[in-house]
Amino acid sequence: MILELNEQQVMIRNMVREFAAREIAPGAAERDRKEEYPHEILKKMAELGILGAIIPAEYGGPGLDHVTYATIIEEISRACASTGVVTSVHNSLTAWPIIQYGTEEQKAKYLPILARGEKIGAFGGTEPDAGSDLGAMKSTAELKGDHYILNGTKTFITSGPKAGIIIAFAVTDREKGPKGISAFIIESDFKGYKVGSIFEKIGINASMTSELIFEDMEVPKENLLGKEGEGFKIALSTLDGGRIGIAAQAVGIAQAALEESVAYSKQRHQFGKPISSFQAIQWMIADMATRIEAARFLVMNAAYMKDQGKRFSKEAAMAKLYSAQTAVDATDKAIQIFGGYGYTREYPVERLYRDARITGIYEGTSEVMKMVISGSLLR
Amino acid sequence: MNIVVCAKQVVDVGEIKVNPSTGKPVLEGIPKKISDIDKNAAEEAIRIKEKLKGKVTVITVGSEDARERIKEILAMGADDAVLIVPPEGADYHVISNLIAKAIKDMGQVDLVLCGEASIDMFSGQMGPRIAGAMDIPQLSYAFKIDAEAEKITAERNMGDKRVVSESTYPVLLTVTKEINVPRLPSLMQILGSAAKPIKVLKAPDMNVPDLAPKVVLEDVKGLAMNRKNLIFKDDLDQAVKDLAENLSKDGALG
Repeated sequence: MILELNEQQVMIRNMVREFAAREIAPGAAERDRKEEYPHEILKKMAELGILGAIIPAEYGGPGLDHVTYATIIEEISRACASTGVVTSVHNSLTAWPIIQYGTEEQKAKYLPILARGEKIGAFGGTEPDAGSDLGAMKSTAELKGDHYILNGTKTFITSGPKAGIIIAFAVTDREKGPKGISAFIIESDFKGYKVGSIFEKIGINASMTSELIFEDMEVPKENLLGKEGEGFKIALSTLDGGRIGIAAQAVGIAQAALEESVAYSKQRHQFGKPISSFQAIQWMIADMATRIEAARFLVMNAAYMKDQGKRFSKEAAMAKLYSAQTAVDATDKAIQIFGGYGYTREYPVERLYRDARITGIYEGTSEVMKMVISGSLLR
Repeated sequence: MNIVVCAKQVVDVGEIKVNPSTGKPVLEGIPKKISDIDKNAAEEAIRIKEKLKGKVTVITVGSEDARERIKEILAMGADDAVLIVPPEGADYHVISNLIAKAIKDMGQVDLVLCGEASIDMFSGQMGPRIAGAMDIPQLSYAFKIDAEAEKITAERNMGDKRVVSESTYPVLLTVTKEINVPRLPSLMQILGSAAKPIKVLKAPDMNVPDLAPKVVLEDVKGLAMNRKNLIFKDDLDQAVKDLAENLSKDGALG
């Protein structure tokens, strides 16, 4: 078993790391404060092929495997978790279901646009009364002639106000329960598409999050993704992959917290010595590093299994559960190491602390992850 | 325009630590990379190719593992690469002779670009030595280049003055890091670099007559800085006097 990246993967990681240091990190704090979407950065990422990392070459992307993709998301998130989640949603939750379930026409139409970054992707699953219980969604889709007419409200949509291509779900046959849900490829300029409230959040402030409102929205019937009634299956399998991205995002946030802590503890002196010479600090650093390493291996394992075409729901759930806990723990310790300064906006660890919290909530809460893990063991 | 870029694989000097008991730098486990200024040379070569058309070949001298690093420059836009495996103990003289011979064997080469120096040894000798061995003109320390079909103009940093020089081809230029910001290759270019050819040449097969080093490297040691940790306090006048006396005694006041 080989537990390291190959040379090409290292080269890609180094390129993305360099890009993140040059282009993403410098403005991350300001974008967070101003709640400013990273438009320019996404454009540059598209030019380098990073934005559409998993899109196959025949549709204009580099067609990366998921191990490399996870590495990229980690590196981006290490610089800016907001840009990390936008990239993850664009790939895992928008491009991937089209790659996996789309018709040739749908792939040829939408994937190149996503690869070039002309439109940003989003995923419309959650509703005000249907979060973890996705099967309880109320949005409806009714076929009338050549169009489905969609009605409903989606909420907590990453990139909501900025997205151009949205994978959305609605009930086509209420009687069939979850098997009556269907998936659609939505364009933001479809008639009846509206952006609702934009949320003020604790963290990941540069990734704009909003409601999406469908009011008698006309969706051409060729934009049905998969078959009618396959929506729930499509949503669950898509979210399995998305969890690898979010887990990688969490590892990136935790890694940034570790690096900040190591640097600060060597430079900050108390009692005549750098605080890194005190065991209290050393143990925190050791705990952070150990958990991050373990979390990263869980992410890589889930990504590797996905690349091998094996079942990976449990592994992705484990990776996300543990990485999210690690991100919250590591950023908490980072604030402790920075002391009073860590609680101020002068230093970057407060942003990491705020950004970390969401990773245990979106794309499946930690509790849902435990349901998935235990469910696969207790079947 | 046929362009050659010389690029060296070095250890990431920012990561080197010195073993306090032996004074030797610890090189094991230190990541390797292409020397920074050589990437500036590569960027400039690729820009000239984009302007005047032609081909960019990268030459590196080192162990087989340099193959992976050299792909970084192939990904940036160079067309092919030559990896020369040197004999044991090769010095600047030997390595510059090997590079000059490899370039001569390539046929018509119009322009050779090197970094002004490598970030590990920083001797600044390699470019001028290669030009010498090839018997072609050289323009060193270029921070701005204007390449045209028939001639090349370089603005050069000569320490206390800036000099503008011009040459016809063939010519060798060394560049400084101010000249440009090396591009990041796209993911597609990185994936494509795997298919670009890397030719491996072994020194004994290259028919270079003089492969005897002129310099023998006996040892490498880190610069040790030991602080005296003397603190002068209490009476200020006395403290200043004591400080001055100590500095004078150590020869620090000239």
